[in-house]
Amino acid sequence: MTLYCGVDVGAAATKVVLIDAAGELRAHGVERTGPDTARVAAETRDAVLAASDLARHAIARTCATGFGRNEVAFAEVTRTEISCHSRGCLHHFPGPMTIVDIGGQDNKIIKLDERGKRVGFKLNRKCAAGTGAFLEEIAAILDVELGEMDRLAGEATDVVRLGSFCTVFAKTEILTNFRRGDRVADIVAGAFESVVRRIVEMDPLAGNVVLTGGVVGHNPYIVGIFERVLSRSVQVPPQPQFTGALGAALVARESA
Amino acid sequence: MACGFRVFFPENHGAMLGATRRATDLIPAANAIGYSPEVCSYLTSDVGAFLKNETPMAKMPGYTFPKPDVLVYNTNQCRDVQEWMAFYQRRFGVPMLGVNTPSGLHEVTDVHVDAASRQIEAMVEPLAAITGRKLDYDRFKETVRLSRALSEKWKTVLETGAAVPTPINFFDSTIHMGPAVVLRGDTRAIEYYDLLLAELHDCIARGVGSVAEENTRLYWEGMPIWGKLREHSEFLAKQRTSVVASTYCNSWIFDAFDPEDPFRSMGRAYTEIFIARSEEWKQAYLERMIAEYKVDGILYHDAKTCPSNSNNRYGLPERLQEKTGIPYIVISGDLNDLRCYSEEQTKTNMEAFIEQLAES
Repeated sequence: MTLYCGVDVGAAATKVVLIDAAGELRAHGVERTGPDTARVAAETRDAVLAASDLARHAIARTCATGFGRNEVAFAEVTRTEISCHSRGCLHHFPGPMTIVDIGGQDNKIIKLDERGKRVGFKLNRKCAAGTGAFLEEIAAILDVELGEMDRLAGEATDVVRLGSFCTVFAKTEILTNFRRGDRVADIVAGAFESVVRRIVEMDPLAGNVVLTGGVVGHNPYIVGIFERVLSRSVQVPPQPQFTGALGAALVARESA
Repeated sequence: MACGFRVFFPENHGAMLGATRRATDLIPAANAIGYSPEVCSYLTSDVGAFLKNETPMAKMPGYTFPKPDVLVYNTNQCRDVQEWMAFYQRRFGVPMLGVNTPSGLHEVTDVHVDAASRQIEAMVEPLAAITGRKLDYDRFKETVRLSRALSEKWKTVLETGAAVPTPINFFDSTIHMGPAVVLRGDTRAIEYYDLLLAELHDCIARGVGSVAEENTRLYWEGMPIWGKLREHSEFLAKQRTSVVASTYCNSWIFDAFDPEDPFRSMGRAYTEIFIARSEEWKQAYLERMIAEYKVDGILYHDAKTCPSNSNNRYGLPERLQEKTGIPYIVISGDLNDLRCYSEEQTKTNMEAFIEQLAES
């Protein structure tokens, strides 16, 4: 079996996807990126191969994407994450669409036309607001596990509004919330609301909205906020954290 | 010059501090005495250099700090220059004169030109009092004539960027513009551009581009990121992308200079510049540039400390793309303060934009 490999070296996590010649997903895996991006990329690929009993020599071509794309020595081709998220979303949904990718350190809004051609994109400003890094900071000050945030938000009975653009200011707001006696679950719900507000401020988010990225993958609660804010349903591909890696694998296949 | 002054432009020192990547170490000294990290980083770099007594100019033989006899400013670029000169005024206790030009103009009318040119004219008497010499009107006219000739020459240089492939790109031009900026009214600047033009015309004749195998042409709107000129130049060249034109380098084209009407024509020239115009006027200007230079996309630099030169903040990119179909990106950065710049994010933005243009 011939395989095509996509490696998405994100700021927080490294994702690997293997597809076959028909474009079917064969295996995938994720590891924390850490400081040694080149090593983690290779180890993540090898772990995915081992877990699925696939052989490295079956990989005909590899495409790397994400901030560490140029560090992946075994990739024959690289593409930016903007291109790969677009390609990954088009695998699941037809254009036109507006893709919202919420990653560990940044978020992106990508617009595709009816032919799937990219007509524009925006990245967040150099600021953690609206990203996974913001949620990590909030989890730390609330002394809750990042993996617990989604469940806690689901238990909220009220939403505490966090008004600041700035992550540091938001944390001091939370200290005030504590003194006022606000519940942790309600503050977590407020943190998710804050992420969505920062993204809606970036662009009108017209048409069919597709959500991708690790933050959405680990926190389905956020999907409901988008639907409420936009007053319509939004789409989420299967395993949204792997959309960029899937797109990279598809690019590898198409450029072979 | 026509008054007999030797002129120093601190903006150029600011750019020099940025290009030599010293600015980010100097700016904090100005921040510490109350100049916000949000105000012009030319100002804070230059003030920081003064406070720390550090400058690349120290390498020049015989360099000494040019203690001023008088400080002169024009707010046509921004009001920060006034505060900048005011810093040195307080330090040296010398007179400060200025021209406060109107801004946000759609049409430049006689009223606006009057406002600027009368302020320029009103400076003659106090300047003469400082030098002890009356204005040499003939030399004044000659200086304006030479400035006009230089401006025309610089314009001709930049217009070669319309050739495909372009023989000169934005990063070349940010260096070659030096004489047009500091030597207006000096024949040596004209000679410099005669030499450069000959080389550019030769490149066009031979089909030699500034970037090998150019396949994408961009327009740069906004300030350069001075400390990253080489990185950006090499990165884009690797992507076979030329930045064929820019508003920034065009800013030293002054079509209005007229030696027969020197005061008024200076007033007009310094009022009708891009930065002092309305959003509608700027959009029309960019439309002309897109067509003239056969541009595939526009890169807007949102400079943290230079709102006046960041033309992405009032919806202009969106309106221009809507009208022309020419895509754009915005990169966040700064002219000098590299604390406001993310290398990775900027390069990903640029690369993704070029990928997008290649798909179209």
